[in-house]
Amino acid sequence: MTFTHDVPGGAAWSVPVRRHRALRLECLDPGANVSMLIFAAEQPLERLNVPDTLKAQMSARITPPMVLMSDMGRALCSVTGSSLDWHDAITGHSLDTHVPGSTSYAEHRNDWRRSARAGLLDELWKHGLGERDLHATVNLFSKVVPAGDQRGTLSYVPGHAAAGDWAELRAEMDILVVLSTSPHPMDPLWSPAAIRASLRPVPPPGPRDPSRTFRAESARSLDQAERTA
Amino acid sequence: MMILDIEVAAGDGWIGEIPAGGRFRIVDLHGNQAVDTLFFDAHDHANRYSAADTIREQGAAYLTTGSTLVSVRLDPLATIIDDTCGRHDTLGGACAQESNVVRYGEHVRHQHACRATFLSQAHRWGRGLDKRDLGHNINFFMNVPLTPDGGLTFEDGVSAPGKHVELRAERDLLILISNCPQLNNPCNGYDPTAIRLIGYAS
Ligand SMILES: [Zn+2]
Repeated sequence: MTFTHDVPGGAAWSVPVRRHRALRLECLDPGANVSMLIFAAEQPLERLNVPDTLKAQMSARITPPMVLMSDMGRALCSVTGSSLDWHDAITGHSLDTHVPGSTSYAEHRNDWRRSARAGLLDELWKHGLGERDLHATVNLFSKVVPAGDQRGTLSYVPGHAAAGDWAELRAEMDILVVLSTSPHPMDPLWSPAAIRASLRPVPPPGPRDPSRTFRAESARSLDQAERTA
Repeated sequence: MMILDIEVAAGDGWIGEIPAGGRFRIVDLHGNQAVDTLFFDAHDHANRYSAADTIREQGAAYLTTGSTLVSVRLDPLATIIDDTCGRHDTLGGACAQESNVVRYGEHVRHQHACRATFLSQAHRWGRGLDKRDLGHNINFFMNVPLTPDGGLTFEDGVSAPGKHVELRAERDLLILISNCPQLNNPCNGYDPTAIRLIGYAS
C-alpha cells in the first residue's frame, strides 16, 4: 500500500490520504515551494484553517510536530517530521500577476508558467469545489520572516529549501490534499522545482506521540478528531 | 452624507453595504474590543477579502493607515484612511466554539463565538452567502504580535476608549462584522463591550 509520485515544478495535484497514512513530500530540486490546501474528505466544507492552527499553537510558522487543524477544531494531519523547521503559512499562494513574462500552452507546451491559484482551482473544480473553497494555504519549503518591527515587516528568505529537504504529514482523518508546486509569490526567481510524494501506512499516534505532547491545544485537536473518527 | 450610525452590542453582529467612494468608521467605544470583520465585493461575494494576499502585497503583517485591503483576486476592496489605534491584526482569525475547545478545553464549547455570529448574519443576508464564503478576517483593535523567531501571541489590546479606524470603500462593499464575545483571552480585556459603526455615502 505504498506509492510514489513525482510532481513537476509549476504543476498542481490532488490526492486523497486516508487516516493514519503518511504523505511525505521531498524536494527534487532546490528552491521548492508547495502551496497546500487540506479538506476533510467526508465533508469538504470542513477545511484547513490556518489562523486557528497558528493561534492555538502560538506559532507564525509551520514546523514539526504541529497539528494542522480544521475550522471544526479537529486535527486533519500532524507534521510528524521535516528537515526544515520553518514552513510559511501567512503570505498566500501565487496569482497570475506573480508569474513573470508571457507564457502560453500554444508556445511553451507543458513548460508554460502557471500560478498556484490557476493550478489549485483546476484541482478544486475536479472535486466539485472552487474559488469559494480556496482559503489560505500552507507554503511548505518556503520561509518568510517577520522583522519584529512596528509594521510587522516580512521578508522572503531565498534558497530556504535544498534538493533532498522533506516534510511528512500523518493524516488524522480521511483528508483530501490539494497542492501546487508553483513558486512562492515572493520568490524573485521563477524556477519551479519538482517534488516527490510518497504515501505509506503508519501507526496511529500513541499517548506519547510528539504531536500530542507538543501542547495541550495540539492534544485536544487530536482528541477531537479521534472521538469523531 | 451619513447613511449608517448604529451601536452594536457586545457579542452582536452587523451586515450591510457601503457604496464605492463611501467611508466606514468603527469606534471602539470602551477600549480593547476586537471587531472581527470580513469584506466582500457587494456584487460578487466570491471576490472576498484575503488576509494572506493583503499581508503579502503590503509586505507587512499589521494593518494601519495606508493599508489596502485586497481580495482573493487582488482587487482593492478598501483602504484604511484614518486610524487612531495604530495597528490591527489579520492573522488571528475569528473565534469559534470549536477552536475555543481546542484552545481552552471542553468546558467552553457552548460559549458564544464570532463564527456563530458570522454565520447567522450571513444567512440573514441570504443571497447564497454561507460558510464557504467565510475567509480569514480582520480583527480591528486587536494586538497579535509576530516575533522574528516565528512566535505568535495574543496580547493586551493597544486600543483605548474612543479609538477608531476609518476605511474608504474602493468598490461597492458588503461588510460582515462580529463584535467579538471572547471571554478567555485579553483580546477584549476579558469584558466584551459595544462598538459604534458610522457610514458615509461619499
Ligand atoms: Zn471572536
